[in-house]
Amino acid sequence: MSEARWAESDTSPERIEAALRELLRERHAENDALVPARVLNLIVIADREWRGEVVNRLERVGRYHPSRTILCTIEDDRRTIDGYARVSGDVSATGGVGVLRESVEIALGAVHTGRIDTIIDPILISELPTVVWSPHNRDEAVEALLPLADVILIDTDDPVFFDGPGAALARAADLLESNVDIVDLAWLRTIAWRERLAGSFSDPARAGLLDGLRRIYVRHHHGSIVSALLLTGWLASRLGWLPTALEPAAGGVRRATAARAGGGASIGIEFHPVAQAIRGLAGVTVSGSAGFSLSLERAPGGLIAREQRAGATPREWQLFGASRGEDGILGEGVRQALIRDHVYGPALQAARSFSQ
Amino acid sequence: MVALDVEAGLDSNPLVTGLERQPVRSTAVVIFGAMGDLASRKLLPGIYNLAHEGGLPERIALIGVSRSSMTDEEFRASARESIDRFSRRRPDPDVLEGLLANFSYVAGSFDDDGLYVRLRDALGTLDTGLGTPLNRIFYLSTAPEFFPVITGHLGAAGLNETDEADVRVVVEKPIGYDLASARAQNDAVLEYFDESQVFRIDHYLGKETVQNLMALRFANALFEPVWNRNFIDNVQITAAEDIGIGTRAGYYEGAGALRDLVQNHMLQLLALLAMEPPTAFEANRLRDEKVKVLEAIAPPAPEEVAAMAVRAQYGEGIVAGAESVGYREEPGVAEDSRTETYVALRLFINNWRWAGVPFYLRTGKRMARKLTEIAVTLRPVPHIAFQGPDSDGVQPNQIILTLQPDEAVSVSLGAKVPGTKMQIRPVNMEFHYGTSFLSESPEAYERLILDVMRGDATLFTRNDEVEALWRIIDPILAAWAQDTETPIPEYPAGSAGPSEADALLDGRSWRRL
Repeated sequence: MSEARWAESDTSPERIEAALRELLRERHAENDALVPARVLNLIVIADREWRGEVVNRLERVGRYHPSRTILCTIEDDRRTIDGYARVSGDVSATGGVGVLRESVEIALGAVHTGRIDTIIDPILISELPTVVWSPHNRDEAVEALLPLADVILIDTDDPVFFDGPGAALARAADLLESNVDIVDLAWLRTIAWRERLAGSFSDPARAGLLDGLRRIYVRHHHGSIVSALLLTGWLASRLGWLPTALEPAAGGVRRATAARAGGGASIGIEFHPVAQAIRGLAGVTVSGSAGFSLSLERAPGGLIAREQRAGATPREWQLFGASRGEDGILGEGVRQALIRDHVYGPALQAARSFSQ
Repeated sequence: MVALDVEAGLDSNPLVTGLERQPVRSTAVVIFGAMGDLASRKLLPGIYNLAHEGGLPERIALIGVSRSSMTDEEFRASARESIDRFSRRRPDPDVLEGLLANFSYVAGSFDDDGLYVRLRDALGTLDTGLGTPLNRIFYLSTAPEFFPVITGHLGAAGLNETDEADVRVVVEKPIGYDLASARAQNDAVLEYFDESQVFRIDHYLGKETVQNLMALRFANALFEPVWNRNFIDNVQITAAEDIGIGTRAGYYEGAGALRDLVQNHMLQLLALLAMEPPTAFEANRLRDEKVKVLEAIAPPAPEEVAAMAVRAQYGEGIVAGAESVGYREEPGVAEDSRTETYVALRLFINNWRWAGVPFYLRTGKRMARKLTEIAVTLRPVPHIAFQGPDSDGVQPNQIILTLQPDEAVSVSLGAKVPGTKMQIRPVNMEFHYGTSFLSESPEAYERLILDVMRGDATLFTRNDEVEALWRIIDPILAAWAQDTETPIPEYPAGSAGPSEADALLDGRSWRRL
């Protein structure tokens, strides 16, 4: 491991940028096989008191690291800017290039957030995509950074920072309208479920059953109602359903219906919070006419599928897939920042219909 | 024998739109040679990794077929050991246990009719038990002499088609050892399987960098305008290995470098580099273009071979500071072996785009270092304005695509040396995959296994492509086989190859390894 560090109190963006250039030059001079990664800039805006948690999450994103991470920690009363930079990397044991990653941490005050773009801009690698993640919803800073950002990483499933699912989805929709792309961690938590549902109805043995769905029943972590809404919004947007507003019921259950755009029987939808250690969905059951139902349940090593058909013996099988965990979801978010998902927008709009 | 259009259901499913990972029909994979090296090192770990990532279809069953007698449990234990040992990631116990529960084993000799009866019963039981007809993949991970035996028995047992699902057969290289045997092998396979059912694997095509060759050419306006005889002086394709033949003498003595690397991997690289842009990135359109460019390479007449092909064997030498024995001293190699461990070729593509541009190919074992690259050298600038010795540094531009050890693209440019004089020096503009995509690429086999499950043959070799490849190689093999007298040139182990190969270059130089 080759590593170099720099730190300075009461510093400036220009001095941080100069320090980064010098650290990179030093590393490269030490070993010319060390070259800087050039994937994307990740700007993280976090509350100072939660710094440790955010740093831990960033360190565990797995294989999908950004190349330059700029962590801005905000202390309300701070007036000066402190800077810290680290450049590190390994030379491959098999020879070839070693990739250097750059981490910058800037301690800021609340007074700086409205003009944070002027602090960050000189530190960005200008030709790379820039992703902004504000896990503690420092919206003023995010707004200031929008002109620099290509992608906003958001977690609409975070109950602490949104005033209900409607507000979370509205915030995502607002950002989507500001000419940036959105990578929503709540949406990423539904990937396996979407893939498996899509796969189920691609089987010729279930041909035609998609049109006859009558009920969607989603179980979710207490804090993950938005993931549940996005999954159902995705079904609605793909299948031409028009959802109605949610109605609360006992035990935290929420219900809604969806009308088919082309007419026909409506679809009953129910969201049920369940005790689950990890965030995201716990299960989905789609039911249709003629006694058909397909249930997917989270289980060790993937999902358990259970199918019921009229007059047939119920079947059960395992759908394989290792859980990514929350760190893996963040890593997937970084990866998704390099690609575009055109299905999220319509799913988000449909999900918002539940809360209007 | 025509593949059913069972994938049509995917198109009519609106939920599929926008998914990064498209659904795959439930599948039974039958691996012939399930206890072999390829299955242990690549196939079983590859299937596990697909399961880990959620890439396998809703229902998956794997039947191992081999001669050894063993129970399902013993096969699962063996598969678990292979996956634990060779998987690119540490297996998740819950995924692995669940997956292994879907593995079973059928023992038998490949030429035994009874084996195929048992196999048919096992597949039928799976369909009935799972309540859905599974697509079937027969993966021939065996020595090539068994390909016709297995496909013939599959056909005779009626296992080459079903009414409700697709049946595919995967054939590993080598496809023949010359044109006649390749044709015979293709004919034998195609007696019972339609070409659309046959997936001939060259795992090289599953590598990200090889696919990136197409992205580089067809997703960038920068290169295509100069990608022709007007601007390109020559192309060098190098596949150098620092290792020897190891324990593969039995195979290598009968194959040699020409068959082992040139006939498949290197000519595939040439075809992708030189083909016309396909109208769509679709299996047959892409392969049509590859075949066209391969057919434009005129096979040499017997008397032309000596002037366009050089073969050699490694002798004693120093590799990585240690003494290394010569090829003929390797265990299992005949003392008078004439098998080549090094080949260099000069080929011309006789079409409008490439007429007159030499394509130089070289590959060898026990060379100075491991390197696979394509070097495209442009013509010199038509007029050098920088007069006198200051112009010495003006070199033709080169576009280098490196596949190993790093995946990279570099372009050499002439740049001014800082100072008061106008001195020019070549500098490199480099793009390293590892720095721009910090993600881990899937193993080539994972990608290719999934493509077979999807029925996407884009990265597989079509029968006419196989024959076009052999048509180029066959005359060289024939000429070398006839010449039993001329001594085989020798190059020191750890060197860049024999000096005899320099004569192919028309006054140019091989790129330094």
